[in-house]
Amino acid sequence: MSAIVSEIFQPIPPRLAPVKTEGTLAWIRLNLFSNVWSSAATLIALVLITYGANRLLSWGLLNAVFVPDANQCQVVRGNGACWGVVSEKFNFIVFGRYPVSEQWRPFAATALLIALLVASCTRAFWKRWLIGVWAVVVPAYFVLMRGGILGLPEVPTDLWGGLPLTVMLAAFGIVLAFPIALLVALGRRSKLPAIRSLCVVYVELIRGVPLISVLFMASFMFPLFLPANKSPDVLVRVLAGITLFSAAYLAEVVRGGLQAIAKGQVEAADTLGLSYWQTQRKIVLPQALTLVVPSIVNNFIGIFKDTSLVTIVSLYELTGALELALNSDAHWRPFKLEAYLFIVLIYFIFCFSMSRYSLWIEKQVKRSKVR
Amino acid sequence: MNESIISFKKVNKWYGNSFHVLRDIDLDVRAGERIVVCGPSGSGKSTLIRCVNRLEEHQEGVIRVDGVELSDDSKAIELVRKQVGMVFQQFNLFPHLTVLENLTLAPTWVMKMPKAEAEERAMQQLKRVRIAEQAGKYPLQLSGGQQQRVAIARALCLKPKIMLFDEPTSALDPEMIKEVLDVMTELAQQGITMLCVTHEMGFAKAVADRVIFMDQGQIVEQNSPSEFFNNPRNERSRDFLSKILGH
Repeated sequence: MSAIVSEIFQPIPPRLAPVKTEGTLAWIRLNLFSNVWSSAATLIALVLITYGANRLLSWGLLNAVFVPDANQCQVVRGNGACWGVVSEKFNFIVFGRYPVSEQWRPFAATALLIALLVASCTRAFWKRWLIGVWAVVVPAYFVLMRGGILGLPEVPTDLWGGLPLTVMLAAFGIVLAFPIALLVALGRRSKLPAIRSLCVVYVELIRGVPLISVLFMASFMFPLFLPANKSPDVLVRVLAGITLFSAAYLAEVVRGGLQAIAKGQVEAADTLGLSYWQTQRKIVLPQALTLVVPSIVNNFIGIFKDTSLVTIVSLYELTGALELALNSDAHWRPFKLEAYLFIVLIYFIFCFSMSRYSLWIEKQVKRSKVR
Repeated sequence: MNESIISFKKVNKWYGNSFHVLRDIDLDVRAGERIVVCGPSGSGKSTLIRCVNRLEEHQEGVIRVDGVELSDDSKAIELVRKQVGMVFQQFNLFPHLTVLENLTLAPTWVMKMPKAEAEERAMQQLKRVRIAEQAGKYPLQLSGGQQQRVAIARALCLKPKIMLFDEPTSALDPEMIKEVLDVMTELAQQGITMLCVTHEMGFAKAVADRVIFMDQGQIVEQNSPSEFFNNPRNERSRDFLSKILGH
C-alpha cells in the first residue's frame, strides 16, 4: 500500500493579457500594422485610397455641374461631372418615348406594379385574396399603360419605354417564367418518356442559343409564320421570348433542388396516400425551392438586367432610352458617362433589393432547420 | 383458419433483369396478427413489406391486401394505402413542417378532414406515443427516438388496419431503441396487424405471433417465436440465430 499523497491547491492569480486584444486600436494593430510589410502595405493602400477618393470627390462633387446647362458642362469637361444631363434628359431616360403629357400613367402603373410585387413578397400578405388583388392590378396596369378606354388616349406599345418597360418585362418575365420552370423541372423527372423528352428538348434548345437571338426570332421570324396583321404585338412576342428563355434556366436550377430531396420523403408521402401533385406541392417543392433560393434570385437578377437586350428589337427600355436620348443630341452626347452612372444606380437599387430579399427568405426558411 | 388480410401467392420480383430479390413468396397474414420478419441483409425482407403498400412493384404472382389486388391500377393502390401505415428506418419526417403539421397533413389533404378535427386526432396520437409536448417543434429539433415515435403517430393518424415497420430501430442510438420498442409493444397489444422487419429479437419474442426468416429472397422458415428461437429447423436459421444471439 502506498502512502496517501495530499496535494495542496495553489491558485494562480489572474493577470491581464500581454497585448490588448479587444477594441478598435487593438484590431488596427493586429490586422493593419502587425509587422513591417503589413504596415508598408497599409500605408501604400492608404495613399492610393486617399488619392482616388480625392479625385472622385472633386470630379463628382466639387467641380461638378448640377444645372442642366450644356455650355457650363463643356467648360468643366474632364475635370468635373455633368450631372445636369440627368435632369435635362430625366423624362426621356426614365420614360422613353412615352408621350410627355401622359407620363403620369406609366409612373402610376409602375408604382402600382412595384407595390403589388413588394406586397406579394411580404409574409403578412400571403392570403388568398392576394390572387384577387393580382386579378385587379394587372388589368389596371395595362389599361393605364395602353389607354384607349376611359378617356385615356391610346399609347401604342412601341412607344412604351424607359424604367416602366424594364420593370414590366422583368416582373412579368419572372412571374410567368417561374411556374413554367417548375413544370419543366418536374417534367424532366417524370416517369412518362414523352413528357420527359419534351422538357429536355425545350431546355437544351433554349440554352443552346443566346437571348439576343431568341428576341430576334420572336420579333422578326415569328410573324413570318402567321398571316399578316394577325401576329401578336411585338411587346407580347418579346415578353414571351424572355419568359421562355428564363424559364429554361430557372428549370435547371429548380431541378438541382429537386435532386437534393431524399427518396424517402416521396415514399413517406406515397405511404400517407398523397397524390403526385399533393406530394410535389406540399413536400418536394417547398424543400427543393428553399435549397436553391440564392440561385433562383441570381436568375431573377439576371432577367432584370437581360431586359436591356430588347433594344435590339427597337424597344427602348432604360438603357435603350438613354442611348436614344443622348445619341440624337450633339450638345449632351459627351456626357453619356454621367447619365450611365445614373441608370447604374437605378439598376443597382433594384438588384440590391432583390438580393436582400433573398437573404431574408433564407433566414425565414432556416427556422425549420434549427436544431 | 381466419380470412387473411394480406396474402402473397407465388410472388416474384426482380431488380433490373438479373437480381431476383423475391422468389416464389407465399404468405398469409391474418387480421390482428403480429409478424416479425428477419434475415441477413439483402435477403429481401424490406422489399417484401414494401410490396404490401406498393412502394415496390412485383412482376409475378398475386398480392391481395384487405381484399384488394395490387396492380398498376392507381385506384387499387390508393385503397390499399389508406389501410396501410408505414414506419421507415430513416423516419422520413417532413423537416419543413412542424410535428403537428406532419401529422395533420394526410388527414386534411387525403381524407379532407377539417383542420380542427385533424389536429385533435393528431394530438391524441402524439399522446399515445408520449410526445404531445413536442407538437410545435420541427423534426430536426427532436432526438432520433422522438422522431421515430412521431413517425409512428403520423402513420396512426390515418387509422390504418395494417402497420408496416421497416427496421424502425436500426438508425437509433441504443438508449433510444427502448422508447420506440415500448410504443410498438403497446401498439401490438391493441390488435392492429403488424408486419415488422427488425433484428430486435427481444421484441420478437415478446410480441410476435409468428417469426418469418428470409434468406436469398425466399421465406426459409416461419414459426412461433418460441419454436423459432429455441428449435430452429433450418440450418440457415440456426446459422443466422447463432450470429445475432451469439454475442
